[in-house]
Parts: sequence; C-alpha cells; structure tokens
Amino acid sequence: MNIFEGLLSVARRKSPWVYCLNAGSCNGCDIEIAAAISPRYDPEQIGTLRQGSPKHADILLVTGPLTLRTQDALLDIWGQIPRPKSVVAIGSCPASGNVFAGSPTVVGSLERVIPVDVYVPGCPPRPQAILQGCIQAARLLAERRTRDQLAIREGGR
Amino acid sequence: MSGWWEFGFALLIWPGLIGGAALGWLLVWVQRKLAARLQGRIGPPFYQPFFDFVKLLGKEAVVPGGVNQRLLYALPLISAAAAVCALGLIPVPGNPMPSFAGDLIVLLYLLEMPALCEVLAGYSSRSLYGQVGSSREAILWLAYNLPFLAAVLSLAIQAKSLTLAAIAAVPLGPVHLAAVAAFLFSLPGHLKRNPFSIPNAEQEIVAGPFTEYSGVPLACFELSHGLELVALVGLFAVLFLPVGRTAIGWLVYLVGSGALVALITYVATATARLTVRHAFRFYWSWGACAAILALVMAGVW
Repeated sequence: MNIFEGLLSVARRKSPWVYCLNAGSCNGCDIEIAAAISPRYDPEQIGTLRQGSPKHADILLVTGPLTLRTQDALLDIWGQIPRPKSVVAIGSCPASGNVFAGSPTVVGSLERVIPVDVYVPGCPPRPQAILQGCIQAARLLAERRTRDQLAIREGGR
Repeated sequence: MSGWWEFGFALLIWPGLIGGAALGWLLVWVQRKLAARLQGRIGPPFYQPFFDFVKLLGKEAVVPGGVNQRLLYALPLISAAAAVCALGLIPVPGNPMPSFAGDLIVLLYLLEMPALCEVLAGYSSRSLYGQVGSSREAILWLAYNLPFLAAVLSLAIQAKSLTLAAIAAVPLGPVHLAAVAAFLFSLPGHLKRNPFSIPNAEQEIVAGPFTEYSGVPLACFELSHGLELVALVGLFAVLFLPVGRTAIGWLVYLVGSGALVALITYVATATARLTVRHAFRFYWSWGACAAILALVMAGVW
C-alpha cells in the first residue's frame, strides 16, 4: 500500500458525504435524519455533509419500505453515485418491511434491489444511531470492504 | 537565466500551487469552523478540506451521456491553472516573482477565468440545474465586477501605473477608503457566499454548475475555489494593508487574511440568500455608488 492509498483510506473515513433518499417512508426516519444533521448533533464534526447531488455522495441513506413506485428511482440514484459507495438502511422498514411487510405495493427488503452495508434498526432510530451508521459505512469504505467494492473485486457486476 | 527559478518558485511553491492550496484549505476551514460556531455547532477539524479533496481524487469520475469528456476534464484544470497563475502574480510577502509593467491587466484576466470556466461547466454538463446555475453566475458576474474593477482601477489611476508593485507602494489615503468599500461589496459575490450564494444555491438548484461533476474534476473545482479565495484575499491585503511596507509584512498579511475571511463568513452566516434580481440591483446601485466615488476621488487626488 503506497502513501497515496493510505492517505486516501484515511480521507474516505474522515469525509463521508451522504445523500438521503425517501423510498416510501412514513417520514419518521427522515425527521430523525433532519435531527441528526441539526446543530445539536452536528455531523460536520465527523466530516459528514449532506449533498443535494448523488454524484457528490459517498453514502446513500435509504428510509422507507421501498414501494414499487420508488424502486426504479432508487436504482437510478444508486447508479449515479460514483464508486466507491456504500448504502445505509435507516430504520426497520428497509430491513424487513416492518408493518408494511406483505403489502402488495412494497418490495420489502432493500436487500433485494441493492447491496446494503449497514442496517440502523429502530422505528425510528435515534439520531446518534444514524450518525453511528454513517461512521461504520465510512470505515467500510476506508477498508475497501463495502459490498459493492467486494463484488467488483470478485469480478462480479 | 536566473529569472526561471523565481517564476517556478512563485507558481509552484509560494504563493502558487502548494503554498496557495495549503493556505486555501486553511482559509476554507476557517470559514466552515466559524460558520459552525456562529450556528452553535462544533464544526469540522482543521484537516477537513484537505481530506475532502483527497477523497474526491479517489472517487470515480462519472461522465454524463452526451457530454464531451475532454471538456469535462479541461474546464476545472484551466480554472485551477488560472488561479495558480493569478496567485503567482500577486506581490504577497515572500513572492520572488518580479512585478512587470501591465501585470495588473494579466491578473484581472486570470481572476475572471474560474468564473468563466464555471459558467461553461454548467452549460456543458447538460443538467438543468447546471444551466440555471450558470445563467445566474453569468448575471452575477456582470454585477459584482462593476465595483471590483472600479476599486482596482481607481488605485491604478491614483498610482498612474498598471504595475501591481507600484500600486501597492502608494501610501494609504482617502482614495483607498472609497476603493475598499467597493472591493468589500464585490467580494461576497465573487466568492459566491451569502447573501450572493445565488449560482450554487444548494437548497434550490442542487449544486448549481457542479451538479453533474464528480471525482477528479470536482476536486479540481474545489481546489480552484480555495486558490481563488487566497488570490482575492491576497489582492485585498496587498492593495489595502501595509503588507510590503513594514518589517512584519507576513504577520499583517496572515492576520489581515484571517480577519477578512472572518468578516465574509460573519456576513454570510448573518444573511439570507437574495434573488439574482435583488443582487443585481444592489451591485448596480450601492456598488455603483462606491465605484463612482472611488473613480472620482482617484481623478481628483
């Protein structure tokens, strides 16, 4: 590992920019994300900035049970994020479908559509837990162990 | 051939690429940290702008469909290179490059290049947000350049010279008072900070001209923003502070730069974004008043 690789690894850990996507959420988790980026919790301390363009982001925060109508938009936005990228599923809905599980209008687990790196459980999760999820995802990016990076290394995709 | 190392040192080490980038990251951090403190936050650690830059260098650069790849890479590189050349011309303490006749004109051209590249970047990225951002940038460009050029030209008229060293050597007088007002009016527009953060209004038009940019091109644009900040603040220090005339020129330069950046950040945090119409009206009324005052005073004195 040369010097630039080492520096890049530290930089990825210190500067995770996030893009938030509501995939049919009840807005509860989005309110907690809004709380997590408020001055009270100040994610800029860990280098996290919320970006408006997916092309500037490293981490995709997904809330909601992934409805059929948002599935294509999710895939589109995930595809627009430049590599290396990671996905953090916020709340119980993207993990299991939560109370919407079995509904004919939801896909269910986010896992069926894109590879998820970190699950932040809760309905909704606390802002500290959301920030903890961002830190974990940034560490995975630095160690080149996000599922997208592993899939590329194994020659898939 | 003894002049070559002076040009090389000025462009590459100080105040050019390496020193300018380091000071630029430091000043960007001062902006972010002070804004955070004023908003009741803790703010980023001092190495944050540097790591943001390194991380962007290591990201994939997505070329949007239908966009000329060479143009996508060339615009940020031209922007950063122009900012480096502009930095090399400014006679800040420790700059070994000798001043030459007419270097003020070269400097003013080079300082316009980043804004021009930004406008072209937005229009060529085929993004609606980029095009809206670029049109706003172009309109704002016409607005803030009126007081900016008038401030610099009034000092040139007073010194009867287009050489930066000669202009910087003129003792501070009443013309400087009017010129500094015009210069300070133009600065938030030039740096696209609140209340003139109209082209890159992130709550309205995503990231303005840079919406489609990622990876190395975006890193180059971020770098050129830092360098542009150092160049404009350095130009302010050279023109309006006794940088070259005192033994403690370094101290005056660094403290003056920090204070000016703090002032800009304070104004940016305390104000809300104007619409482009109001910004234009502000510059062509109050900015024009300061500009005319500076020019008339330069003619009289």
